[in-house]
Amino acid sequence: MSKTEEVFSFGDAAARNAALEEEIHGDTMVLNVGPSHPATHGVLRLRLELDGETIVKCDPVIGYLHRGEEKVAENFTYNQFIPYTDRLDYIGPIHNNVTYALAVERLAGIDVPERCQAIRVICCELARLLSHFIGLGCYGMDAGALTVFMYMFTDREKIYSLMEELCGARFTTNYTRIGGLQRDIPDGWLDHVLKVCDDVEKTNELCDKLLTRNRIFYDRCVGVAPLSKEDAISYGVSGPNARASGIAMDLRKDKPYLGYENYEFNVPVGTNGDSYDRWLVRVEEVRQSVRIIRQAVTKMPGGLWYNDKATKIFRPRKDKVLSSMEELIQNFMITTEGPELPVGEAFFEAENPKGRQAFFVVSKGGGVPWRLRIHGPSFSIISALPKILPGCLVQDVPVVLGSIDFVMGDCDR
Amino acid sequence: MDWMYLLIVLVKAVVVVALVMAVAGYAVVGERKIASWVQERPGPNRTTVPILGSIPVVGWWLRRMGFFQLWADGAKFFFKEEPTPAHVNKLYFLVAPVVAFVPAMAALSAVPFGQYVGSDGVAVPLAITNFDVGMLFVMAVSGISVFGIIMAGWASNSKYPYFSSIRASAQLISYELTIGLALLPVFMWTGGTLDLFSIVREQGGVVGGGVFGLPKWFICIMPVSALLYLVALFAESNRLPFDMAESETDLVGGFHTEYGAFKFGLFFVGEYAHMTLAAILFSVIFLGGWSIPFVSMDAMPVGLLGAVVSVGVVFVKTVILMSFIMLVRWTLPRFRYDQVMDLGWKILLPLAVVNLAVYAVILALVEG
Amino acid sequence: MIQQAATTPETFGPVLLQIVLAIAIAVGLILLSNLLGQRVAKRSSFSHTPYECGLPMTGNPHPRFGVKFFLTAMLFILFDIEVVFLFPMATVYRALLAAGIPILAPVLFFLAVLGVGLIYEIRKGALKWEGR
Repeated sequence: MSKTEEVFSFGDAAARNAALEEEIHGDTMVLNVGPSHPATHGVLRLRLELDGETIVKCDPVIGYLHRGEEKVAENFTYNQFIPYTDRLDYIGPIHNNVTYALAVERLAGIDVPERCQAIRVICCELARLLSHFIGLGCYGMDAGALTVFMYMFTDREKIYSLMEELCGARFTTNYTRIGGLQRDIPDGWLDHVLKVCDDVEKTNELCDKLLTRNRIFYDRCVGVAPLSKEDAISYGVSGPNARASGIAMDLRKDKPYLGYENYEFNVPVGTNGDSYDRWLVRVEEVRQSVRIIRQAVTKMPGGLWYNDKATKIFRPRKDKVLSSMEELIQNFMITTEGPELPVGEAFFEAENPKGRQAFFVVSKGGGVPWRLRIHGPSFSIISALPKILPGCLVQDVPVVLGSIDFVMGDCDR
Repeated sequence: MDWMYLLIVLVKAVVVVALVMAVAGYAVVGERKIASWVQERPGPNRTTVPILGSIPVVGWWLRRMGFFQLWADGAKFFFKEEPTPAHVNKLYFLVAPVVAFVPAMAALSAVPFGQYVGSDGVAVPLAITNFDVGMLFVMAVSGISVFGIIMAGWASNSKYPYFSSIRASAQLISYELTIGLALLPVFMWTGGTLDLFSIVREQGGVVGGGVFGLPKWFICIMPVSALLYLVALFAESNRLPFDMAESETDLVGGFHTEYGAFKFGLFFVGEYAHMTLAAILFSVIFLGGWSIPFVSMDAMPVGLLGAVVSVGVVFVKTVILMSFIMLVRWTLPRFRYDQVMDLGWKILLPLAVVNLAVYAVILALVEG
Repeated sequence: MIQQAATTPETFGPVLLQIVLAIAIAVGLILLSNLLGQRVAKRSSFSHTPYECGLPMTGNPHPRFGVKFFLTAMLFILFDIEVVFLFPMATVYRALLAAGIPILAPVLFFLAVLGVGLIYEIRKGALKWEGR
C-alpha cells in the first residue's frame, strides 16, 4: 500500500470508506470536493456522486474543525471561556461573546443596565455587517465577480478598525463579561461608527447595483438549490436561509432581547428559498442593520456599563479593589474560582448573523459550568445539503455554498 | 532561396515573437494593475531592479507601475520546482503546453501590424508574410490550440483536469462557428479578399461620404458582426465571463492543476498571447487597423514615419481593447457551463446566420 | 497601390520559420526551467498522486462523459463544413453581383437550409445542456 492509502486504511474509517465505495455502481462518478478547496468556505468535505454533470447524491463530511469547545467549557470559569466563544462563528466574533454572556446572565438571574444593552446591540449589529459582508463577498466571488469580494473586504477592514478601537483586538474580541463588558466605549467611537455606517451603506448599494439585476448573476442563481419551507422547518434551518425560504422568523422580533423591541427595523422574508432569495435577504438585512446601529447610537443612554449590584459575578472597580478589603476578596474569588452562580440550568437563543445560535448552560454551583451545550446554525444548514444539492449541476456547488454562508467553526465547534 | 531574404524574414519573425511575448507578458502585469485600480488597492508596485530602478523620475514611476514585476515573475518561473508527477502520461503531458502556445505565435505571421508606403507609392504590409488567405489561416491555426487543452486534461490522469478540459474544448469549438460566420459579412463587403492587409486598406475615410459622420470602420458598417466577434473573442480566449475551464472556485486549477513552473507558464503566456492575438485581430478587422479616424487611406503619412505611425495606431487600439477585456473580467460574474453552450448555439449562432443573410441582401441592394 | 498578396513558397516559407521558432522557444523554455528548477523529492508520494483536495483519488480518472459532448462535436463538424462552403461564396459574392448574376436567392436558400437545420436540432433538444 502506498503511504497515502496507509493513512486511511485502519479502523472505522477504512470500513466506512469501503462501505461507501461499495455503493457506487452504474454510471455515477464520485467526486471529492475536499477539505482543501477554494470554494468550500472552511474545511468541509463534500462527497458528491455525479451522473455526468448532475449531482445525484451529496454527503457532507464535517468535523475537520472540531476543537472540543463544549468539553473545554467544563474546565474553565465562565469568564475564561469567553475567548473560546470568539472562535465559534469566527466571522462575526463579537456576537458569540454577547450571546454567551446573555445565557450565563440568565442563569445567574441578573440583567445589565441600558447602556450596556445598547452597546451590545451595536456590537451585535456590527458583527452582522461583518458576517453578511463576507457572505455576500464570497458569494459574488464564487459566482465569478471578483471585485465585489474586494469592495466588501475593504469595508470589513473599517469595521475591524472599530473593533480594535473598542476592545483592542480586531478579530478575537473577547469583549463581554458576565454582568457587563470589558470596558466602556472610548470617546469618539460612536462618531466613527456612524461614519463606517455611511461607508457600509454605499458599498452595499454599489454591490447591489452591480449584481442583483445582472443577467449573468440572475441566471446563475435563480432556481438553484431551492429549500422549501417545510424542509427548512424540518431540518431546523434558521436565520437568513430560513427567511429566504419564507419562514418569517427573527428572534430579535419574536423573542426580543437586549432591548430590540425599542428599535424600528424590518425583517426581509423571501418566497422561493433559492440562492437568489438568499442573496436578496442578506443585502436587505445589511440595510436594516445599519438602521438599527444609527438608532442605537442616537439613543445611547448614559450610566454604567456593568451591573454593579452583582458583586459576586462582575469584578469590582480597580480603585476599590486596591483600597478596600471586601472588593479585594471579591476580585480574587471571581478571578480564581469564577463568578459564583446558582445551581440550575438556563437556555438562551439569539439571532446570530448565520441563524439561531443557542447556549444551554447547566450549573452545579461554583464558577465553572457543569455542561455547556452550543447549538450552531451552520450545522443545521449543512445537514440540509443532501436535500438541496442533488439535482444541481456541479458548477452550482460554489454558488450554493456561497449562498448558504456557513462557517465551519460554528458547525464543528 | 536567397540568404538575404531568409535573414530578413528571420529577423522579422524574431522581432514579432519577442514583441508579442513581451506584450503578452505585460498584459499580465497590466491585468494585475487594472484589477487593482478597479478594486481600490495598490497592485504590484514594489519590484525594482538595481540600476534601472534608480533613475530619478522614470525609474520610480516604472516601479510604481509594476513594470519590473514581469521580470521577477518570469525569473521565478524558471527556478520553481518542475514536477512531472508519476501518474501522468509523460509524452502528452510534455507536449500539451507547447501545443497550447505555438498556434498563437504561428497565427501572428499573417497579421499586419502596420504599413510601409515606399517611395514608389506601393504600400507594403508590415507582417511576416503577406498571404492571400490571411484570415482563414489565422482561424485555422488558432483552432489547433484546443488540442493543447484536451491533451493536458487527458494526460493528467486526474478527474479535475479531465472535466475541465472536456468542457473547455466543447466551449472553444462552439464559439469558433460564431467567429467564422461573424467574419463572413466583412469578407463579402471587401469584395472577395481574405487578406487582412486589404481589409485594413478598405477602412480609411468616412462612411457614405460623410453623411453619417462615422469613420469607415467595419464596426460602424456592421456593428452586429463586431458584437458577435467580440463575445466570441471572450469565449475563445477562455476569459471571464466564459472562463469555466479554469475557474478556481469550481475546479481548483482546471486543466493545468498538475502543471508547475514553466509548463504552467507556457499555458499562461499562451492564453494571454491568444487574447493579444484576438485583440489585434479585432482592431485590424473592425476598428480600422492603422487608419486614423476620418483620414482616408491615401492621406496617411509615407515612408518610415508612416510605418511608425501605423504601428503606433494599431498598438493604441489593441491596448484599449485589451484594457476593455480586462475591465470586463473584473466586473461581470461567470457563466455556468450550460449557459455558455446555450448562448453559443441558441443565441449567437442563429444571430450570426441572420446577420449574414441581412448583409447579403444589403450588398445585393447596394450593387444592384 | 498595394502589394499584391499571393500564395507562393516565398510567402509560406516565413510561416514555417515562425512555427519552428515558436516551437524552439517553447521547448527551450521548458528545458531551461527543467535545468534550473529545484529537484522534486523522488520518493515523496504526495506530489505523485493526483490532486483531489487533500484526499486520495478513488475511481477511474477518465470516467465516461455524457453523450452531449459527442453530439456537440458532431454538430460542430456539420456546421463547420457549412461555414467552409460559405467562405468561397463570400469571396466571389460581390464580383458576381457586379456582373449581374442573380446570386442573392441561392445564397439565401443555402442559409435557409442551414437555419432550418439549426432550428430543428434546437427544437429536438439535441443541444439540451441541463438535466441528463
